[in-house]
Amino acid sequence: MATIRIPPVLRPSVGGEKEVVADGASVGEVLRSLAESHPQTESQLFGNDGDLNRYVNVYLNDEDVRVLDGLDTPVGDGDTLVILPAMAGGR
Amino acid sequence: MSPSGAEIIRQIREGVDEIDPADARNQLGNGAVLVDVRESEEFESGHIPGAQHVPRGYLESRIENAVPDRSQHVVLYCASGQRSALAAHTLSDLLGYEHVESLKGGITLWKDRGYEVEVPQTLSKEQRERYSRHLLIPEVGLDGQQKLLGAKVLLLGAGGLGAPAALYLAAAGVGTLGIVDDDEVDLSNLQRQVIHNTERIGVPKVDSAEETIQALNPDVKVVKHKTRLDASNIMELLEPYDIVVDGADNFPTRYLLNDASVRLRKPVVSASILGFDGQLSVFKPYEGPCYRCLYPVPPPAELAPSCGANGVLGVLPGVMGLLQATEVIKLIVEQGEPLVGRLLLYEALGATFTELKVRRDPECPICSRDPEEISDDEMGVFPDYEAFCEASG
Repeated sequence: MATIRIPPVLRPSVGGEKEVVADGASVGEVLRSLAESHPQTESQLFGNDGDLNRYVNVYLNDEDVRVLDGLDTPVGDGDTLVILPAMAGGR
Repeated sequence: MSPSGAEIIRQIREGVDEIDPADARNQLGNGAVLVDVRESEEFESGHIPGAQHVPRGYLESRIENAVPDRSQHVVLYCASGQRSALAAHTLSDLLGYEHVESLKGGITLWKDRGYEVEVPQTLSKEQRERYSRHLLIPEVGLDGQQKLLGAKVLLLGAGGLGAPAALYLAAAGVGTLGIVDDDEVDLSNLQRQVIHNTERIGVPKVDSAEETIQALNPDVKVVKHKTRLDASNIMELLEPYDIVVDGADNFPTRYLLNDASVRLRKPVVSASILGFDGQLSVFKPYEGPCYRCLYPVPPPAELAPSCGANGVLGVLPGVMGLLQATEVIKLIVEQGEPLVGRLLLYEALGATFTELKVRRDPECPICSRDPEEISDDEMGVFPDYEAFCEASG
Protein backbone atom coordinates (compact mmCIF):
# COMPACT_ATOMS: atom_id res chain seq x y z
CA MET A 1 0.00 0.00 0.00
CA ALA A 2 1.37 3.39 -1.00
CA THR A 3 0.04 6.72 0.16
CA ILE A 4 -0.96 9.20 -2.54
CA ARG A 5 -1.11 12.90 -1.73
CA ILE A 6 -3.88 14.57 -3.65
CA PRO A 7 -3.54 18.22 -4.76
CA PRO A 8 -6.38 20.66 -4.14
CA VAL A 9 -7.66 20.54 -7.73
CA LEU A 10 -8.09 16.75 -7.64
CA ARG A 11 -9.62 16.52 -4.18
CA PRO A 12 -13.21 16.85 -5.42
CA SER A 13 -12.57 13.72 -7.53
CA VAL A 14 -11.61 11.64 -4.49
CA GLY A 15 -14.33 12.75 -2.12
CA GLY A 16 -12.37 15.66 -0.71
CA GLU A 17 -9.53 13.58 0.73
CA LYS A 18 -5.99 15.01 0.97
CA GLU A 19 -4.47 11.54 1.02
CA VAL A 20 -5.62 8.18 -0.23
CA VAL A 21 -3.95 4.77 -0.21
CA ALA A 22 -3.70 2.51 -3.23
CA ASP A 23 -2.18 -0.84 -4.17
CA GLY A 24 0.45 -1.47 -6.78
CA ALA A 25 4.07 -2.43 -7.25
CA SER A 26 4.93 0.42 -9.61
CA VAL A 27 4.00 4.09 -9.98
CA GLY A 28 1.80 3.19 -12.97
CA GLU A 29 -0.01 0.45 -11.05
CA VAL A 30 -0.64 2.64 -8.03
CA LEU A 31 -2.04 5.45 -10.17
CA ARG A 32 -4.17 2.98 -12.19
CA SER A 33 -5.53 1.64 -8.96
CA LEU A 34 -6.35 5.21 -7.89
CA ALA A 35 -8.14 5.80 -11.19
CA GLU A 36 -10.16 2.60 -10.73
CA SER A 37 -11.31 3.60 -7.24
CA HIS A 38 -11.92 7.20 -8.30
CA PRO A 39 -12.79 7.16 -12.02
CA GLN A 40 -12.97 10.96 -12.26
CA THR A 41 -9.22 11.15 -11.75
CA GLU A 42 -8.43 9.03 -14.80
CA SER A 43 -8.72 11.69 -17.47
CA GLN A 44 -6.91 14.15 -15.24
CA LEU A 45 -3.94 11.84 -14.76
CA PHE A 46 -3.71 9.88 -18.01
CA GLY A 47 -3.84 10.90 -21.66
CA ASN A 48 -5.48 8.84 -24.41
CA ASP A 49 -2.15 7.11 -25.03
CA GLY A 50 -2.16 5.75 -21.47
CA ASP A 51 0.81 7.87 -20.46
CA LEU A 52 0.80 10.40 -17.66
CA ASN A 53 -0.36 13.81 -18.81
CA ARG A 54 2.65 16.10 -19.17
CA TYR A 55 1.11 18.74 -16.95
CA VAL A 56 0.92 16.31 -14.03
CA ASN A 57 4.11 15.95 -12.00
CA VAL A 58 4.36 12.80 -9.91
CA TYR A 59 6.98 12.40 -7.20
CA LEU A 60 7.97 9.20 -5.47
CA ASN A 61 8.77 10.51 -2.01
CA ASP A 62 10.77 13.62 -3.01
CA GLU A 63 11.98 12.60 -6.48
CA ASP A 64 10.26 13.31 -9.81
CA VAL A 65 9.35 9.96 -11.40
CA ARG A 66 10.42 11.41 -14.77
CA VAL A 67 14.05 11.19 -13.62
CA LEU A 68 13.41 7.67 -12.21
CA ASP A 69 11.74 5.05 -14.40
CA GLY A 70 8.52 6.95 -14.98
CA LEU A 71 5.41 4.78 -14.57
CA ASP A 72 7.62 1.68 -14.24
CA THR A 73 9.34 3.01 -11.10
CA PRO A 74 8.92 0.41 -8.34
CA VAL A 75 6.88 1.47 -5.33
CA GLY A 76 7.31 -0.09 -1.91
CA ASP A 77 5.01 -0.22 1.10
CA GLY A 78 5.24 3.01 3.01
CA ASP A 79 6.29 5.06 -0.02
CA THR A 80 4.44 8.29 -0.72
CA LEU A 81 3.41 9.48 -4.16
CA VAL A 82 2.85 13.22 -4.54
CA ILE A 83 0.67 14.33 -7.45
CA LEU A 84 1.44 17.92 -8.29
CA PRO A 85 -0.11 20.07 -10.97
CA ALA A 86 1.12 23.63 -11.48
CA MET A 87 -0.75 26.38 -9.63
CA ALA A 88 -0.71 29.99 -10.70
CA GLY A 89 -2.62 31.88 -8.02
CA GLY A 90 -0.87 34.87 -6.51
CA ARG A 91 -3.64 37.23 -5.55
CA MET B 1 60.96 62.27 39.54
CA SER B 2 58.76 60.19 37.21
CA PRO B 3 59.35 60.69 33.48
CA SER B 4 56.79 62.70 31.47
CA GLY B 5 54.27 61.03 29.17
CA ALA B 6 56.13 62.40 26.17
CA GLU B 7 59.37 60.89 27.46
CA ILE B 8 57.72 57.45 27.95
CA ILE B 9 56.29 57.56 24.41
CA ARG B 10 59.72 58.50 23.03
CA GLN B 11 61.34 55.62 24.87
CA ILE B 12 58.72 53.12 23.70
CA ARG B 13 58.96 54.28 20.10
CA GLU B 14 62.68 53.75 20.20
CA GLY B 15 62.15 50.12 21.15
CA VAL B 16 59.53 49.40 18.48
CA ASP B 17 60.29 48.35 14.90
CA GLU B 18 58.89 50.80 12.39
CA ILE B 19 58.20 49.92 8.79
CA ASP B 20 58.12 52.31 5.85
CA PRO B 21 54.81 52.42 3.90
CA ALA B 22 56.52 51.13 0.73
CA ASP B 23 57.91 48.10 2.58
CA ALA B 24 54.60 47.56 4.41
CA ARG B 25 52.83 47.48 1.06
CA ASN B 26 55.13 44.71 -0.13
CA GLN B 27 54.75 42.78 3.10
CA LEU B 28 50.96 42.74 2.77
CA GLY B 29 51.40 40.60 -0.31
CA ASN B 30 53.56 38.24 1.73
CA GLY B 31 50.89 37.42 4.29
CA ALA B 32 51.45 40.13 6.89
CA VAL B 33 48.30 41.11 8.78
CA LEU B 34 47.52 44.80 8.83
CA VAL B 35 45.71 46.11 11.90
CA ASP B 36 44.18 49.57 12.23
CA VAL B 37 44.24 50.60 15.91
CA ARG B 38 42.37 53.89 15.52
CA GLU B 39 38.88 54.70 16.82
CA SER B 40 35.79 53.51 14.91
CA GLU B 41 34.98 56.91 13.40
CA GLU B 42 38.52 57.21 12.06
CA PHE B 43 38.43 53.74 10.57
CA GLU B 44 35.10 54.40 8.90
CA SER B 45 36.29 57.62 7.33
CA GLY B 46 38.86 55.63 5.37
CA HIS B 47 41.34 52.80 5.97
CA ILE B 48 43.99 50.79 4.18
CA PRO B 49 42.27 48.06 2.09
CA GLY B 50 42.30 44.70 3.83
CA ALA B 51 43.08 46.14 7.27
CA GLN B 52 41.54 44.57 10.33
CA HIS B 53 40.12 46.99 12.84
CA VAL B 54 41.07 46.63 16.51
CA PRO B 55 40.81 49.97 18.36
CA ARG B 56 43.74 50.46 20.74
CA GLY B 57 41.37 50.64 23.69
CA TYR B 58 40.29 47.03 22.96
CA LEU B 59 43.68 45.77 21.84
CA GLU B 60 44.32 43.25 24.62
CA SER B 61 40.81 41.80 24.52
CA ARG B 62 40.29 41.63 20.75
CA ILE B 63 43.66 41.11 19.07
CA GLU B 64 43.48 37.33 19.46
CA ASN B 65 40.35 37.22 17.32
CA ALA B 66 42.01 39.24 14.58
CA VAL B 67 45.42 37.56 14.84
CA PRO B 68 45.24 34.25 16.69
CA ASP B 69 48.77 33.16 15.73
CA ARG B 70 51.45 34.95 17.77
CA SER B 71 54.15 34.12 15.22
CA GLN B 72 52.22 35.92 12.47
CA HIS B 73 53.79 39.08 11.02
CA VAL B 74 51.64 41.99 12.22
CA VAL B 75 51.80 45.58 10.96
CA LEU B 76 49.91 48.11 13.09
CA TYR B 77 48.95 51.58 12.00
CA CYS B 78 47.16 54.64 13.30
CA ALA B 79 46.94 58.23 12.04
CA SER B 80 50.60 59.25 12.44
CA GLY B 81 52.44 56.30 14.01
CA GLN B 82 52.25 57.11 17.71
CA ARG B 83 49.32 55.03 18.90
CA SER B 84 50.41 52.13 16.70
CA ALA B 85 53.89 52.24 18.29
CA LEU B 86 52.35 52.01 21.76
CA ALA B 87 50.11 49.19 20.58
CA ALA B 88 53.09 47.40 19.01
CA HIS B 89 54.89 47.65 22.35
CA THR B 90 51.90 46.02 24.08
CA LEU B 91 51.70 43.21 21.53
CA SER B 92 55.36 42.28 21.65
CA ASP B 93 56.25 42.99 25.29
CA LEU B 94 53.04 42.00 27.06
CA LEU B 95 51.23 39.60 24.73
CA GLY B 96 54.18 37.80 23.22
CA TYR B 97 53.63 38.53 19.54
CA GLU B 98 56.92 37.72 17.83
CA HIS B 99 56.95 39.87 14.71
CA VAL B 100 55.25 43.24 15.18
CA GLU B 101 55.91 46.47 13.34
CA SER B 102 54.38 49.92 13.43
CA LEU B 103 53.66 51.76 10.19
CA LYS B 104 55.91 54.82 9.99
CA GLY B 105 53.92 58.04 9.58
CA GLY B 106 50.63 56.14 9.90
CA ILE B 107 47.88 56.34 7.31
CA THR B 108 48.77 60.02 6.80
CA LEU B 109 52.12 59.18 5.21
CA TRP B 110 50.52 56.23 3.39
CA LYS B 111 48.03 58.62 1.78
CA ASP B 112 50.77 61.17 1.02
CA ARG B 113 52.53 58.48 -0.97
CA GLY B 114 49.37 58.11 -3.04
CA TYR B 115 48.60 54.55 -1.89
CA GLU B 116 45.07 53.23 -1.95
CA VAL B 117 42.58 54.00 0.82
CA GLU B 118 39.20 52.33 1.14
CA VAL B 119 36.32 54.49 2.27
CA PRO B 120 33.52 52.17 3.37
CA GLN B 121 29.97 53.26 2.76
CA THR B 122 28.59 53.82 6.17
CA LEU B 123 25.17 53.85 7.69
CA SER B 124 23.74 56.98 9.23
CA LYS B 125 23.10 57.02 12.95
CA GLU B 126 19.40 56.52 12.26
CA GLN B 127 20.09 53.60 9.93
CA ARG B 128 22.31 51.98 12.55
CA GLU B 129 19.40 52.06 14.91
CA ARG B 130 16.75 51.07 12.37
CA TYR B 131 18.74 48.04 11.20
CA SER B 132 20.38 47.28 14.57
CA ARG B 133 18.83 43.79 14.77
CA HIS B 134 20.30 42.99 11.35
CA LEU B 135 23.68 44.39 12.33
CA LEU B 136 23.69 42.09 15.34
CA ILE B 137 23.47 38.90 13.27
CA PRO B 138 26.77 38.11 11.54
CA GLU B 139 24.99 36.61 8.50
CA VAL B 140 23.70 40.10 7.69
CA GLY B 141 25.86 42.60 9.58
CA LEU B 142 27.05 45.88 8.07
CA ASP B 143 28.08 44.25 4.80
CA GLY B 144 24.76 42.52 4.32
CA GLN B 145 22.79 45.62 5.26
CA GLN B 146 24.68 47.63 2.67
CA LYS B 147 23.96 44.95 0.08
CA LEU B 148 20.29 45.18 0.98
CA LEU B 149 20.31 48.97 0.67
CA GLY B 150 21.97 48.66 -2.72
CA ALA B 151 19.64 45.92 -4.00
CA LYS B 152 16.90 46.33 -6.60
CA VAL B 153 13.98 43.94 -6.38
CA LEU B 154 11.00 43.82 -8.73
CA LEU B 155 7.69 42.62 -7.35
CA LEU B 156 5.28 41.23 -9.88
CA GLY B 157 1.97 42.19 -8.35
CA ALA B 158 1.12 44.07 -5.17
CA GLY B 159 -1.52 41.49 -4.34
CA GLY B 160 -1.73 38.51 -2.01
CA LEU B 161 1.93 37.51 -2.28
CA GLY B 162 3.39 40.89 -3.27
CA ALA B 163 1.82 42.81 -0.39
CA PRO B 164 3.48 40.96 2.51
CA ALA B 165 6.71 40.46 0.57
CA ALA B 166 6.95 44.18 -0.24
CA LEU B 167 6.26 45.18 3.37
CA TYR B 168 9.02 43.05 4.83
CA LEU B 169 11.52 43.78 2.06
CA ALA B 170 10.91 47.48 2.68
CA ALA B 171 11.33 47.02 6.42
CA ALA B 172 14.56 45.11 5.79
CA GLY B 173 15.91 48.09 3.88
CA VAL B 174 15.96 46.77 0.31
CA GLY B 175 16.95 50.02 -1.39
CA THR B 176 14.82 49.87 -4.53
CA LEU B 177 11.49 48.11 -4.82
CA GLY B 178 9.83 48.07 -8.24
CA ILE B 179 6.16 47.13 -8.26
CA VAL B 180 4.27 46.02 -11.37
CA ASP B 181 0.50 46.15 -10.96
CA ASP B 182 -2.24 47.73 -13.05
CA ASP B 183 -5.03 47.05 -10.56
CA GLU B 184 -6.87 49.18 -8.00
CA VAL B 185 -7.48 48.33 -4.36
CA ASP B 186 -10.76 46.48 -3.87
CA LEU B 187 -12.57 45.78 -0.60
CA SER B 188 -12.24 42.02 -1.24
CA ASN B 189 -8.43 42.38 -1.34
CA LEU B 190 -8.12 43.56 2.24
CA GLN B 191 -8.64 40.12 3.81
CA ARG B 192 -5.00 39.39 2.82
CA GLN B 193 -3.31 42.27 0.97
CA VAL B 194 -2.02 43.96 4.10
CA ILE B 195 -0.06 46.72 2.36
CA HIS B 196 -3.37 48.40 1.41
CA ASN B 197 -6.15 49.67 3.66
CA THR B 198 -9.83 50.56 3.75
CA GLU B 199 -9.30 54.23 2.99
CA ARG B 200 -7.49 53.38 -0.22
CA ILE B 201 -10.25 51.39 -1.93
CA GLY B 202 -10.25 52.45 -5.58
CA VAL B 203 -6.68 53.78 -5.41
CA PRO B 204 -4.12 52.19 -7.77
CA LYS B 205 -2.31 49.45 -5.91
CA VAL B 206 1.11 50.81 -6.87
CA ASP B 207 0.23 54.17 -5.25
CA SER B 208 -1.23 52.55 -2.15
CA ALA B 209 1.82 50.28 -1.77
CA GLU B 210 4.18 53.23 -2.21
CA GLU B 211 2.42 55.21 0.51
CA THR B 212 2.65 52.34 3.01
CA ILE B 213 6.29 51.65 2.16
CA GLN B 214 7.32 55.30 2.46
CA ALA B 215 5.66 55.54 5.86
CA LEU B 216 7.42 52.36 6.98
CA ASN B 217 10.90 53.10 5.65
CA PRO B 218 11.94 56.28 3.86
CA ASP B 219 15.24 54.60 2.84
CA VAL B 220 13.36 52.64 0.19
CA LYS B 221 12.87 54.02 -3.29
CA VAL B 222 9.64 52.73 -4.81
CA VAL B 223 9.46 52.50 -8.60
CA LYS B 224 5.86 52.21 -9.79
CA HIS B 225 5.01 50.33 -12.96
CA LYS B 226 1.24 50.68 -13.38
CA THR B 227 1.03 48.31 -16.27
CA ARG B 228 0.48 44.67 -17.17
CA LEU B 229 3.47 42.59 -18.07
CA ASP B 230 3.48 41.43 -21.64
CA ALA B 231 6.01 40.29 -24.20
CA SER B 232 6.50 43.85 -25.45
CA ASN B 233 7.54 45.40 -22.12
CA ILE B 234 8.94 42.57 -19.98
CA MET B 235 12.60 42.73 -21.04
CA GLU B 236 12.76 46.47 -20.42
CA LEU B 237 10.94 46.17 -17.08
CA LEU B 238 13.17 43.41 -15.70
CA GLU B 239 16.48 44.79 -16.92
CA PRO B 240 17.31 47.22 -14.07
CA TYR B 241 16.53 44.74 -11.28
CA ASP B 242 18.62 42.11 -9.48
CA ILE B 243 15.85 39.73 -8.40
CA VAL B 244 12.18 39.23 -9.33
CA VAL B 245 9.45 38.19 -6.90
CA ASP B 246 6.76 36.33 -8.80
CA GLY B 247 3.30 36.78 -7.37
CA ALA B 248 1.48 36.62 -10.70
CA ASP B 249 -2.05 35.25 -10.76
CA ASN B 250 -1.98 33.49 -14.12
CA PHE B 251 0.00 30.98 -16.15
CA PRO B 252 0.75 33.08 -19.26
CA THR B 253 2.54 35.67 -17.10
CA ARG B 254 4.46 32.99 -15.22
CA TYR B 255 5.76 31.40 -18.43
CA LEU B 256 6.53 34.78 -19.95
CA LEU B 257 8.40 35.87 -16.83
CA ASN B 258 10.35 32.62 -16.83
CA ASP B 259 11.46 33.00 -20.42
CA ALA B 260 12.52 36.64 -19.99
CA SER B 261 14.30 36.01 -16.68
CA VAL B 262 16.31 33.15 -18.22
CA ARG B 263 17.31 35.41 -21.10
CA LEU B 264 18.37 38.12 -18.65
CA ARG B 265 19.82 35.64 -16.10
CA LYS B 266 17.74 37.13 -13.28
CA PRO B 267 16.73 34.89 -10.38
CA VAL B 268 13.00 34.58 -9.75
CA VAL B 269 11.60 33.83 -6.32
CA SER B 270 8.33 32.18 -7.19
CA ALA B 271 5.28 31.28 -5.12
CA SER B 272 1.71 30.33 -5.84
CA ILE B 273 -1.31 29.80 -3.64
CA LEU B 274 -4.69 28.12 -3.72
CA GLY B 275 -7.05 27.51 -0.85
CA PHE B 276 -4.86 26.25 1.97
CA ASP B 277 -1.95 25.20 -0.26
CA GLY B 278 1.17 27.07 -1.27
CA GLN B 279 4.18 26.30 -3.45
CA LEU B 280 7.56 28.02 -3.34
CA SER B 281 10.80 27.75 -5.30
CA VAL B 282 13.74 29.85 -6.48
CA PHE B 283 14.50 29.68 -10.20
CA LYS B 284 18.10 30.77 -10.69
CA PRO B 285 18.87 30.60 -14.40
CA TYR B 286 21.58 28.12 -15.38
CA GLU B 287 22.37 27.26 -11.75
CA GLY B 288 19.13 25.40 -11.21
CA PRO B 289 15.99 24.45 -13.07
CA CYS B 290 13.61 27.03 -14.53
CA TYR B 291 9.82 27.16 -14.30
CA ARG B 292 9.48 25.24 -17.57
CA CYS B 293 11.74 22.46 -16.23
CA LEU B 294 9.30 22.05 -13.36
CA TYR B 295 6.12 22.56 -15.35
CA PRO B 296 6.82 21.89 -19.05
CA VAL B 297 3.20 22.55 -20.00
CA PRO B 298 0.39 24.28 -18.13
CA PRO B 299 -2.59 22.26 -16.96
CA PRO B 300 -5.88 22.52 -18.83
CA ALA B 301 -8.30 25.12 -17.55
CA GLU B 302 -10.39 22.71 -15.44
CA LEU B 303 -7.28 21.82 -13.47
CA ALA B 304 -5.95 25.37 -13.32
CA PRO B 305 -8.31 27.38 -11.21
CA SER B 306 -6.43 30.59 -11.75
CA CYS B 307 -8.70 32.06 -14.38
CA GLY B 308 -11.27 33.57 -12.08
CA ALA B 309 -11.61 34.36 -8.42
CA ASN B 310 -10.74 31.52 -6.09
CA GLY B 311 -10.96 31.14 -2.38
CA VAL B 312 -7.81 31.45 -0.33
CA LEU B 313 -7.19 31.55 3.39
CA GLY B 314 -6.13 35.16 3.99
CA VAL B 315 -2.99 34.34 5.94
CA LEU B 316 -1.76 31.80 3.35
CA PRO B 317 -0.36 34.37 0.90
CA GLY B 318 1.14 36.05 3.98
CA VAL B 319 3.06 32.89 4.84
CA MET B 320 4.15 32.28 1.25
CA GLY B 321 4.95 35.95 0.54
CA LEU B 322 7.17 36.10 3.61
CA LEU B 323 8.94 32.90 2.60
CA GLN B 324 9.57 34.66 -0.73
CA ALA B 325 10.91 37.73 1.07
CA THR B 326 13.19 35.46 3.11
CA GLU B 327 14.61 33.86 -0.03
CA VAL B 328 15.12 37.30 -1.61
CA ILE B 329 17.09 38.51 1.40
CA LYS B 330 19.21 35.33 1.42
CA LEU B 331 20.05 35.86 -2.25
CA ILE B 332 21.00 39.50 -1.63
CA VAL B 333 23.20 38.90 1.40
CA GLU B 334 24.49 35.63 -0.11
CA GLN B 335 23.85 33.53 2.98
CA GLY B 336 22.30 30.15 3.55
CA GLU B 337 21.04 27.67 1.00
CA PRO B 338 18.58 29.23 -1.41
CA LEU B 339 15.58 27.13 -2.46
CA VAL B 340 17.13 26.40 -5.86
CA GLY B 341 16.28 23.01 -7.34
CA ARG B 342 13.78 22.42 -4.57
CA LEU B 343 10.04 22.96 -4.37
CA LEU B 344 8.53 23.61 -0.98
CA LEU B 345 4.86 22.75 -0.48
CA TYR B 346 2.95 24.18 2.47
CA GLU B 347 -0.43 22.80 3.43
CA ALA B 348 -2.00 24.97 6.08
CA LEU B 349 -4.80 22.70 7.29
CA GLY B 350 -2.45 19.83 8.05
CA ALA B 351 0.36 22.25 9.00
CA THR B 352 2.79 20.28 6.81
CA PHE B 353 5.81 21.34 4.79
CA THR B 354 6.98 18.98 2.02
CA GLU B 355 10.15 19.41 0.00
CA LEU B 356 10.47 17.96 -3.51
CA LYS B 357 13.51 17.88 -5.78
CA VAL B 358 13.36 19.80 -9.04
CA ARG B 359 15.89 18.88 -11.72
CA ARG B 360 17.08 20.85 -14.70
CA ASP B 361 15.50 19.40 -17.83
CA PRO B 362 18.26 18.79 -20.38
CA GLU B 363 15.61 19.23 -23.06
CA CYS B 364 14.02 22.34 -21.57
CA PRO B 365 12.84 24.49 -24.49
CA ILE B 366 14.25 27.59 -22.79
CA CYS B 367 17.03 27.03 -20.27
CA SER B 368 18.81 24.24 -22.14
CA ARG B 369 19.91 26.90 -24.63
CA ASP B 370 22.12 29.97 -24.48
CA PRO B 371 20.14 33.06 -23.54
CA GLU B 372 21.29 34.81 -26.71
CA GLU B 373 19.59 32.11 -28.79
CA ILE B 374 16.15 32.77 -27.33
CA SER B 375 14.23 35.16 -29.56
CA ASP B 376 11.52 37.66 -28.72
CA ASP B 377 9.00 35.56 -30.62
CA GLU B 378 9.56 32.54 -28.42
CA MET B 379 8.92 34.25 -25.11
CA GLY B 380 5.81 33.22 -23.29
CA VAL B 381 4.76 30.89 -26.08
CA PHE B 382 1.74 29.29 -24.65
CA PRO B 383 -1.50 27.60 -25.70
CA ASP B 384 -4.37 30.01 -26.19
CA TYR B 385 -4.94 30.48 -22.52
CA GLU B 386 -7.48 33.27 -22.66
CA ALA B 387 -9.68 31.09 -24.81
CA PHE B 388 -9.22 28.36 -22.17
CA CYS B 389 -10.38 30.59 -19.39
CA GLU B 390 -13.38 31.80 -21.33
CA ALA B 391 -14.36 28.25 -22.18
CA SER B 392 -14.21 27.20 -18.55
CA GLY B 393 -16.30 30.17 -17.50
